[in-house]
Amino acid sequence: MKEYVVFIGKHTVRMLLLLFFVSAVAFTLVSISPIDPLQANVGQAALGSMSQEQIAKLKDYWGVGQPPVERFLHWAGDFFRGDMGVSLLYRQPVAKVIGVRLSNSLWLMAIAWILSGLAGFVLGILSGLREGSFLDRIIKGYSLLIASTPAFWLALVLLMIFAVWLKVLPIGLSVPIGVETEGVTFADRIQHAILPAVTLSITGIANITLHTREKMIEIMESDYVLFAKARGESTWDIVKNHALRNVLLPAITLQFASISEIFGGSVLVEQTFSYPGLGQAAVTAGLGSDVPLLLGITVISAAFVFGGNLIANVLYGIIDPRIRRGGAKV
Amino acid sequence: MRGFNGRMKTALLFGMAVAFLAAVTLAGMVFSEEALLTDFSRKNLGPGIPYLFGTDWLGRDMFLRTLTGLSVSIRIGLLAAGVSSVLALLLGVAAATMGKLADSVITWIIDLVMGIPHILLLILIAYACGKGFKGVVIGVALTHWTSLARLIRGEVLQLKEALYIKTARKLGVSSFEIAWKHMLPHLFPQFLVGLILTFPHAILHEASITFLGFGLPPEQPAIGIILSESMKYLAMGRWWLALFPGLLLVLTVVLFDVAGESLRRLLDPGSAHK
Repeated sequence: MKEYVVFIGKHTVRMLLLLFFVSAVAFTLVSISPIDPLQANVGQAALGSMSQEQIAKLKDYWGVGQPPVERFLHWAGDFFRGDMGVSLLYRQPVAKVIGVRLSNSLWLMAIAWILSGLAGFVLGILSGLREGSFLDRIIKGYSLLIASTPAFWLALVLLMIFAVWLKVLPIGLSVPIGVETEGVTFADRIQHAILPAVTLSITGIANITLHTREKMIEIMESDYVLFAKARGESTWDIVKNHALRNVLLPAITLQFASISEIFGGSVLVEQTFSYPGLGQAAVTAGLGSDVPLLLGITVISAAFVFGGNLIANVLYGIIDPRIRRGGAKV
Repeated sequence: MRGFNGRMKTALLFGMAVAFLAAVTLAGMVFSEEALLTDFSRKNLGPGIPYLFGTDWLGRDMFLRTLTGLSVSIRIGLLAAGVSSVLALLLGVAAATMGKLADSVITWIIDLVMGIPHILLLILIAYACGKGFKGVVIGVALTHWTSLARLIRGEVLQLKEALYIKTARKLGVSSFEIAWKHMLPHLFPQFLVGLILTFPHAILHEASITFLGFGLPPEQPAIGIILSESMKYLAMGRWWLALFPGLLLVLTVVLFDVAGESLRRLLDPGSAHK
């Protein structure tokens, strides 16, 4: 038990340090940008007609001309106290913008994460059970094809089929247009989330399927499965008694490690469907030079990724008896 | 295909994939002028002959535009994959051989790069470079080395424990000679396959980041630009603007994958008898 606490504690400290470095790297990147937020958002024409005083005020607002290190320390200090600053485009606290966006994105990503994990796991097992069979070829071909397909194009194709051609699903956004917030029903929300969630799920399946398949093939060639066959165990028994435990572990680890990809995929998918989630906010912030929002989103999503890795590491220790006995190793 | 053994088939597959990709790259460079040609007498035509992929609202030939865009993508991918894999080789070997401090610093950097969702990191780098061509190339080149570096590090760590390396060391062979004569031949196939398998990712990420508006400028015939422009015309039923360019992009990526996988099989001595 004590080992666990040390193990988790060590990883948590490492994660926090990594997060700090992530924010420093992100801050450096946005600081060296030659993009002038005034030009990008106010425009040359409008700037020309303003007085020097107004321009100075705007410069102050967008943080132009302050030394970057000072700004970073200031920002990081505030962040540590829970103040992420004010979004320049939305004119609301970053924490609030991220909160709203994240709640829109989170269940989209959660659905896609669970669906793709389950489907990929089952497909991988079916595929690896008989390497080279017809089913295996189809599943493997499908996975390779999906792995080569950009998420945003898949989103476009699904849009064309279901929204433009068949007209069964809405073309974008998370709520119907022209309806007040109170008038939006749960069914509306579901209907608007179907296509983004499906797109994200489909793209997430490939990775886990291929890995589970590889592992499954390895297991089916092992001595213990050969022995089980010789004892007369049925295929289902072999899967249930021998394969499942051995495949589950890498699959779970992989799925937790894939959070980064789901986040990346959601940026593309949300942008295509104009779904007002975190990913779309990241794009808007980047295009509109909303530095506080962009930094906030980067740190929050990195926290999710590191959190996923941490859970994967901890689970690895809990599930795998070999690692447990040998002491938790990093 | 009768009379060919598995190895010859794989080699043939590899050759065909490379030939097709080379053809697309060259064709795109040759037709880059024609791809920008606007002609309002032929605007909004559906796919058919002579415009295989149809034309857009400015009467540009979508087939040529797609070819040119893919050609740009492939060349960016080439550069990015080259830079990334050399970085991966250097850092991977350095982590495994230059002592504990170097190892922890490099694995730390790998964790750091992998911790930011890839697309977000690309957005940040593109933003740092002021968007445009430079940002895409630097972004794609600097973010694809992590997994290959990890692989190479593991491989070198394993090699260091191998009997023949230890023997060589005891016989007084210099470190450089061991690295050059004994390790490099072993690492080279991994490196080459890793290099080719980096392409698909690099190309997909270039297209994605351009699609989002951080990449190549709108006047470039890039595949990401084509697809993001097509979004405005989807509701009007001009499906060909998005469908065919995307299909060709997927085909290109698949072929890079095929090339990498078949090369892996050809270089793997374990499958020589197949």
